[in-house]
Amino acid sequence: MPDYTLKIRRYDPESGEAAYWEEHTVELKEHSSVLEAILKVKADEDGSIGIRCSCRAAICGSCGVRINGRPGLACNTHLVEASQRAGDGAPITVEPMGNMPVIRDLIVDMDAVHWKKIRRVTPWLLNREPIPEREYIVPHENMVDVTQSMACIQCGACVSDCLSMEVDPGFIGPAALAKAYRFVGDPRDAEPFERLKDLAEDEHGLYDCTHCFNCIDACPKGVAPMSQIMRLRRRAGNDFEIEDRNNGSRHEHAFVKNIQRNGLLHEADLLPDSYGGKLNPRAAPELIESMPTVIKAVARGKVTPAKALLHQHKAPKEVKQIFKTIEARPEREELNLYITGYEDAEDRVDVPHVPHTDEPTSLQPPDPPVDKSPTFPAPEPAPESAPEPAPEPAPEPESESE
Amino acid sequence: MPSHDVLIIGAGLAGQRAALAAAGAGASVAVVSKVHPVRSHSVAAAGGINAALNPGDSWESHAFDTVKGSDYLGDQDAIEIMCRQAPEEVLYLEHIGVTFHRSEDGHLGTRAFGGASQARTFYVADITGQAILHVLYEQLMKHSGQVDRYEEWFTTDLLRDDDGHCVGAICRNLRDGRLEVFDAKAVILASGGAGQVFKPTTNGLIVTGDGIAQAYRVGAKLMDMEMVQYHPTTLAENGFLITEGARGEGAWLLNARGERFMEKYAPNKLDLASRDVVSRAAQTEINEGRGFPDGTVALDITKVPRKRTLEALREIVNIGRDFAGVDITREPIHIRPGMHYIMGGVKTDSFGETTVPGLYAAGEVACVSVHGGNRLGANSLLDTLVFGRRAGEHAAGRAKRMPMPSTPSSRVADAEETIAAIIRRPAGGRRIAAIKDELGTTMNRYCAVFRDAEGLAEAQEIVRRLKEEAPKAGIDDRGTVFNQDVIAAIELGYMLDVAETILVAAQERKESRGAQFRTDFPERNDEEWLKHIDVSLGDGGVPTVDYSPVTITRWEPQERTY
Repeated sequence: MPDYTLKIRRYDPESGEAAYWEEHTVELKEHSSVLEAILKVKADEDGSIGIRCSCRAAICGSCGVRINGRPGLACNTHLVEASQRAGDGAPITVEPMGNMPVIRDLIVDMDAVHWKKIRRVTPWLLNREPIPEREYIVPHENMVDVTQSMACIQCGACVSDCLSMEVDPGFIGPAALAKAYRFVGDPRDAEPFERLKDLAEDEHGLYDCTHCFNCIDACPKGVAPMSQIMRLRRRAGNDFEIEDRNNGSRHEHAFVKNIQRNGLLHEADLLPDSYGGKLNPRAAPELIESMPTVIKAVARGKVTPAKALLHQHKAPKEVKQIFKTIEARPEREELNLYITGYEDAEDRVDVPHVPHTDEPTSLQPPDPPVDKSPTFPAPEPAPESAPEPAPEPAPEPESESE
Repeated sequence: MPSHDVLIIGAGLAGQRAALAAAGAGASVAVVSKVHPVRSHSVAAAGGINAALNPGDSWESHAFDTVKGSDYLGDQDAIEIMCRQAPEEVLYLEHIGVTFHRSEDGHLGTRAFGGASQARTFYVADITGQAILHVLYEQLMKHSGQVDRYEEWFTTDLLRDDDGHCVGAICRNLRDGRLEVFDAKAVILASGGAGQVFKPTTNGLIVTGDGIAQAYRVGAKLMDMEMVQYHPTTLAENGFLITEGARGEGAWLLNARGERFMEKYAPNKLDLASRDVVSRAAQTEINEGRGFPDGTVALDITKVPRKRTLEALREIVNIGRDFAGVDITREPIHIRPGMHYIMGGVKTDSFGETTVPGLYAAGEVACVSVHGGNRLGANSLLDTLVFGRRAGEHAAGRAKRMPMPSTPSSRVADAEETIAAIIRRPAGGRRIAAIKDELGTTMNRYCAVFRDAEGLAEAQEIVRRLKEEAPKAGIDDRGTVFNQDVIAAIELGYMLDVAETILVAAQERKESRGAQFRTDFPERNDEEWLKHIDVSLGDGGVPTVDYSPVTITRWEPQERTY
């Protein structure tokens, strides 16, 4: 069996010392896990290394750590792969997850961050009335659909490396928002509108995600938290037409229109368009507010006034075709691994077909997809006067509030 | 000092269900768990939960299947209660938000499971336990006004008053090492089974028999401890579970010659015979040379349509890929029987009351006994929920009739001294992990699918020696914050107690029934052994055996074939 060297981040709050690195070498099979290696060190050499773990099979969610700087579960990371990623005989580094305070060694305070955020999203079903005597009759596809967010094991890997949370610790974050989709996407829930409104209006909410994909990479269960966030946005912005005070929804629509028109982003247009266009009174203060940034960018040569104002690029027909194809679809397609399979070309039936230049450009909507995304009941009409945006969730009296 | 009407130890399905039921009945409730509740091992339950809820099904049919599955050792009054309450429990879960998969017409869908005469297993892909556990935790968050959660608190002692009533527990906050007395009018043990007594096992590292040993030490009777379930399909190297749901969806077991060997052992139910039968069949194939060189047979999941596997067996696709390097949608996976569940546990009545007043037990820690000699797949989730709820409600009722007990805080000093003594242990001695490893390997060698007197006696000798070594095992960690070394030392003691009681009961039962197959007594013997074996702590710390009758209401024992 080969030797593997682990470089483990140690921290003992009682010692008064700063955190430090400690190396251990173990002999294990290639496909043994990083967790097995840590447990072997604990068993044979040093029982004081702190790590939460139980199932060893990526289902209990206890052993979230950073391996070679990337978040994941120690139990389903193979030594051989971790070692290759570390590169050139370098030790495999194991350290506690980020964005959460370290309690000891590899153990972080999930309650202070992760669970607090989960509690923020009213994480229980608000039953659609009347509650039937037997089960709710709901489409199979909906239940398979929410199974993806239900598959979250609350390990915190996505929270660990969420870039938005690093900048804004108040961000509700990927895990909690994926949890929110589990209710918004559940036809038994009575309040998808109120939930979406609440999350959209929160300045640390739905539109605080910057699409960095870190959470999708980090998630060991294929929950794809960012995809769930995007689905929440589509539900909020398109289905329920929620226009949030953070301007998130308008910004998103302006962005899409901007690309449709220009093919490449025309930033000088984007900002005013997000506020209803250059002539909209709402846009003026935003433009003024952004001037220092613009001036800095010009001063540092990141943008030239000519390029910024006279955007010459126009969307080529291929880009327009992508829009046409998607808009021609009878249903909105959602990527969901429980429905479409995983990392596997033959299962990916729902990727838009973009023609090459030598193909005819008049696209038909593709054949009916093999797998249908769930269909949602038509949203109930938004209340005539939208409720006051609630910065805090409105928990039931008995509920927990943070 | 925390004081509550009902103190629940363990926050898996049984504990959380008990907490919600007790709170619903008006009690103040505390749930203490050595891990965060969603890490509890219920999370690993894959396949589903049984209930006779479909048209054309009946609780009688479910009950008969369960009685037959138990090899007639299950108590039929308790089985009736469980099967009658099953539909209500499944609908409760559905209403609080469990995302059960549907049939094409939008009703709750079912899948087939072992030993069942109908498809009555309700499921969420193959993460049913996780889905239910997380949804119950949602409810605990919702009801945090009534239920106090003590997450990552380890219970060190159960407390009894002068009359022998259980009046609370002493628990250690893992985060800072602080010990507290938890006063309670009733205590419900819901701390799970004892899988780590065996190696390999499908069970998580936290499943160390704590509750079984704690109850045993305060004088509660244990029952059916010899009945240890080996699941037919576990990965050879690490013991990970491949859900019975795979066979429920249509997968076949094959030996190395490609023969569907279950045709020989269970011509009617084939791969979906009860687990003891399938495990014995698979082990026989392996022992008689028809397995693969790595001591396994094969499970062929390619029989299940690929789309269905991706939708409904997603977790074992991951397990196959990550832990065996096999794409189960394209090739068979090698499996063998592995330790999975303990039917035995703390003896209770159908309200979860143990033989110690004020002490309840529910879930795998308990033995009602609804599983008897062999548990049917997808009956364990049901057991945890039905009897968790019943224990919670009954304990809340008990609490209404009595004043709050108060244990002198001096008791904490004793517990502190116990822990301090562990921390003071000199370095050297055998390592805790080495003792644990020898225990697990020994139990898996001598107390597995096939057993005999000689092997069991050998195992008992080894356990006796390990019990002497354990208190001297070396400790590395002298700190208070998350001192996992101290916890491991205490857990090792629990596991050794549990192992001892399993071996005593297995030696006592001189017949073959359910999961207990004695090669030296290969027949079932109803005349002498249609009875439960109870084990309790006798004088001098030695396990003492006595018997209790099996309750038979309407199903007389018959020959058992599948």
